[in-house]
Amino acid sequence: MPSKLEVRAEGESAVVIERSFAAPPDLVFDCWTKPQFVRQWLTGPDGWRFTVCEIDLKVGGQYRYVWQNPQGVSMGMTGTLKEIVRPEKLVSSEIFDEDWTGGEALVTAVFSPEGAGTKVTQTVLYSSAKAREGALASGMTEGMEAGYQRLDRVLEGLTAPKAS
Amino acid sequence: MTESERLDVTFTALADPTRRAILARLMKDGEVSVMDLAEPFAMSQPAISKHLKMLERAGLISRGRDAQRRPCRIEGEALKQATGWLEQYRKVWEGNFRRLDALLDDLQSTAGRPERDN
Repeated sequence: MPSKLEVRAEGESAVVIERSFAAPPDLVFDCWTKPQFVRQWLTGPDGWRFTVCEIDLKVGGQYRYVWQNPQGVSMGMTGTLKEIVRPEKLVSSEIFDEDWTGGEALVTAVFSPEGAGTKVTQTVLYSSAKAREGALASGMTEGMEAGYQRLDRVLEGLTAPKAS
Repeated sequence: MTESERLDVTFTALADPTRRAILARLMKDGEVSVMDLAEPFAMSQPAISKHLKMLERAGLISRGRDAQRRPCRIEGEALKQATGWLEQYRKVWEGNFRRLDALLDDLQSTAGRPERDN
C-alpha cells in the first residue's frame, strides 16, 4: 500500500512534499538523478510525457526537462545542480522556460533511511509568496490539458517585475 | 480586468497570512461582520478594511451594504478555483510517485543488476 503523500505550504514562499518509498536511499536517489529513470516517473499531469530528459550530474551541471501533452503543447524547464550528496541530499535551482513563477525556485530533496525504505522530503522555495501561489496554479491544473496554449499566454502576463 | 490581471490579483490576495485567515474564518462561519472579523487580529479596522478590499477586488469575498455591520461572505466559486490548484498540485505529485513506486518495484525485482543502469 503506497505511503501517504504530504503536501503543505511552509512559511511565506515554500512548498514541502513528503513521501516514503519501499526502496533503499541509494536506489531512490538514483531514480531522482538518472535520466533513464526520471523519464519513467516525473511526467506530471496525466497524458504528459518527456520529450527531453537530460541530466549532467555534477555540481554546476544542468538538467533539462521538456514535457509534451497529447495536443502537442510543450513545457520546458532548466535546472542547475548546486549540491549532490549521494544518497542523502540534492539541491538545485530550477526555472521554467515560460517563467510564470517570478524567477528561479530552489529545490532541496533530502533522502532519509526509514526502516528498509526511504523518506523523501522535497522543499521548493519560490522567490516570493506571490510566486508560490502562481506556481501552484500554473504547471499543474487540468485546465492545462485542454487549453494550455491559452493559459500560457495568460500566465506570461504574470511575469511582472519583482516587488521588494 | 483581463483574465491575466484577475489571476494576478487573486494570487496577491492569497499571498498573505491575514487574508488567508480571514478566508478560513468566513469558510467556517459563513457571514461575519467587519468588526467581528477584525477582532482576532491586533489590527485596526482600517487595516482590516484594506485586506477586505483586496479580497473583494479578487472576487474572493463579497460585502453587504448594511452600513452598520458590513457583513462579509466568501465567494465560493472564485475561492474553489484558487484553492483547487493546491489540490491539483497534490494530485499530480501523487501520480508521479505512484509511477516511481512501480519503477522502484520493478528495479528491485529484476534479478541482478538492471541492464538499463549505465
